[in-house]
Amino acid sequence: MSPDQTEPPLLRLTGISKSFPGVKALEGVDFEVAAGEVHALLGENGAGKSTLLKILAGAQSADRGAIAIAGEAVTLASPQQAQAQGIVTIYQEFTLAPNMTIADNVFIGREPGSRLFVNNRALHAATEVLTREIGLDRSPRTLVRELSVAEQQMVEIARALSMQSRLIVMDEPTSALSQAEVEKLFKLVLELKAKGISTIFVTHRLEEVFRICDRFTVLRDGRNAGTGIVAETNVEGIIRLMVGRELKALAARRVTAVPGPMALAVEHLVRRRTPVAPHAIELRDVSLQVRSGEILGIAGLIGAGRTETARAIFGADPFDSGRVLIGGVPVDIRSPRAAIAHGIGLVPEDRKQQALFLALAIKSNLSMAAHDRISRWGAFIDGRKELDLVEEYQKRLNIRMAGPEQKVGNLSGGNQQKVVLARWLALGPKVLIVDEPTRGIDVGAKVEVHNLLFEMANAGIAVIAISSELPEILAISDRIVTMREGRVTGEVMRDKADQETLMTMMTAPIDRAA
Amino acid sequence: MSDAKSDAKAAGSVDVFGFAARFAPLIFLLLLMAVFAVVEPRFLTPVNLFNIARQVSVTGLLAIGMTFVILTAGIDLSIGSMLAFAGLVAAAIAKGGLSDRFTVGDDAIGYGWPLAALGAIAVGVVCGYLQGFAITRLKVPPFVVTLGGMSVFRGAALLFAAGGPISGFDEGYAWWGQGKIGPVPVPVIIFLICAIAAHVMLTYSRFGRRVYAVGGNPEAARLSGLNVNAIICTVYVIMGFFAGLCAFVLSARLNSAEAVAGTGYELTVIASVVIGGTSLFGGVGTIFGTVIGSLLIGVLLNGLVILNVSSYIQQIIIGVIIVLAVAFDTYAKSRRRTA
Repeated sequence: MSPDQTEPPLLRLTGISKSFPGVKALEGVDFEVAAGEVHALLGENGAGKSTLLKILAGAQSADRGAIAIAGEAVTLASPQQAQAQGIVTIYQEFTLAPNMTIADNVFIGREPGSRLFVNNRALHAATEVLTREIGLDRSPRTLVRELSVAEQQMVEIARALSMQSRLIVMDEPTSALSQAEVEKLFKLVLELKAKGISTIFVTHRLEEVFRICDRFTVLRDGRNAGTGIVAETNVEGIIRLMVGRELKALAARRVTAVPGPMALAVEHLVRRRTPVAPHAIELRDVSLQVRSGEILGIAGLIGAGRTETARAIFGADPFDSGRVLIGGVPVDIRSPRAAIAHGIGLVPEDRKQQALFLALAIKSNLSMAAHDRISRWGAFIDGRKELDLVEEYQKRLNIRMAGPEQKVGNLSGGNQQKVVLARWLALGPKVLIVDEPTRGIDVGAKVEVHNLLFEMANAGIAVIAISSELPEILAISDRIVTMREGRVTGEVMRDKADQETLMTMMTAPIDRAA
Repeated sequence: MSDAKSDAKAAGSVDVFGFAARFAPLIFLLLLMAVFAVVEPRFLTPVNLFNIARQVSVTGLLAIGMTFVILTAGIDLSIGSMLAFAGLVAAAIAKGGLSDRFTVGDDAIGYGWPLAALGAIAVGVVCGYLQGFAITRLKVPPFVVTLGGMSVFRGAALLFAAGGPISGFDEGYAWWGQGKIGPVPVPVIIFLICAIAAHVMLTYSRFGRRVYAVGGNPEAARLSGLNVNAIICTVYVIMGFFAGLCAFVLSARLNSAEAVAGTGYELTVIASVVIGGTSLFGGVGTIFGTVIGSLLIGVLLNGLVILNVSSYIQQIIIGVIIVLAVAFDTYAKSRRRTA
């Protein structure tokens, strides 16, 4: 379908910009959706998709730029305003109340009835009309927690329809669905389209774009990298837009040493969703190995299962089947403590939430896992030894700090990350997993962290590096595996890899019969 | 701005708010004492001051244990009941059973104070362990577990002594509550020794460091390889230890143990700890602060008694103070976050 030139489009964003402290999330983005169009919004992690969605949902407001609906300028200052304009967003994490009925959820806050009482008969009748319309074969009185993920999604759609919405924004709607459920959703989207309701479709699965979308827009580094008609391009064309042309070298490459013996192997790791966490990211079948002195990069889009793999290896989360081998010997790791005893360390992706004790001194943070090294009479901490330890790593990692008693919360992101790295180095690990090692730290510190990873590999540590930034993965890895939907989808040596091959491997279609 | 510059600046600037927050309890304590001293001359007499010290020692022992618990972002509401139960067990041991519960002097041949003290502490430790187990293994929030414990231990105390008191101990037993070394009452000395030991433990031991870590960020503690469950469980055992010790000292001071002892202590004790600057959110606090907080509450209550303020009003004041202290802590926390 081609956009109608004579009438204004349903939605038109012009010059939308949005900054957060230190980051320009969006810069001068133009974006249009026609009435009755299914429009794919694509881009790498951190390209600005989430920010754009939040602006459309009224959850955040743009710093600059104009929003027009059917030619009329509007402001979307709150979710209520966005919904009043007919824009409804369905997030990946549903916003349903699990212990209420379908009808209650569909009409929450807008129940038919008087000021004081809800007219339940009218409520259920109105809900039934909607559920029948979208093909949800459930009584309006069913509790939402009894529904499958796909059915819950349909409740969200029914809610959107009940608000007379003209534009439904779906953020990764297929990520938690089976193949059959995806087909059903596509059918529904096409039916909505026939009624003139538009859909913005955010997905990491490029093949889906070619199934149901009319046009696509690719965001890259907060800018619109290109809008086009789906029928006139192919997967390669879209990937080229997502990755861009410029390939900046981040750090000087190390001279790759010959990797040593197998340090860690993971075989057929599987972790399933549980009823408690129905949206958890599954590991369907993950196998990988890393040798001493080697840096293995893991690339993948958000939700591919990279962090989950790291946490499973480290014993932070349980897994259902598969095994972990260290030096060729199977080990039973059920807690981070056991992992550390086996010589594995993990620098988690969220420094402040998962690694640091912000109210404690730098020295306490740095020595937290290495109390055996600095203890006196077994039970006490030898202050002298602890200060020596801090001084050693302060010099080695070039940690810029006022003193060992300074609170770690007062350090910059880069120096905080160095404290976390020092914590693990002090243990002398055999395997170190670093998850997003340079997230939120400035360029200078980034290069220092990279050099540190090289140093560790050169010293014989097996390093597994997870990063959402492909240039970083390419800069630091000796070998790269890509993941998608809980599976390893490919493996490539660094000198054979570039961003486009990685992106292709990361978005490769998978037969999802299960 | 470069890393080095901003980091150096953050460390170099004097944190006026942080300084005030740290010494506020001490300043407030001195102010309060000054006010009472001016208004009522009897307040500053040595007799009254030792009186305050002896009173503070009892709740202070509990506050030391409670500091450990609150540092892990936990709470223990059961201490009053635990104290009553442990006190009765100690008394029964000292008197060789429940039959001679009112016999005084040499006719009451029991097992002596050492075994009685051990018995009280053992009761506290076991009760604390059971609660720690329920919190860490059964994953029931500390508030609920210890609210249940509050009822269970009170019931156990009533059941154990059939509701009545056990009183009249030999001199050796009574010395621990009523004796003096020089001019200093024995409970005060026990309190000071325990405070110093707890301070050393929290500041210089591996375990102490881990208590702060678990309270400050349990997820980071787990990912750093700490045995979070064991640490949390131990903290409730420590609380139980102090409840048992306190039960022994209190029964010695009163020359009696009874099933209704310690009622309402949890509020006074939690107030002491929180006023002393320990955060209910965990990870922040010191024994020094707890000692000051205990003194503050002790001085306040004593001053109010001397000024003939009704004990009903005292309860209201304690309740208001605990809410204000937590409000201050919440404010300080929001400042820490934005800093």
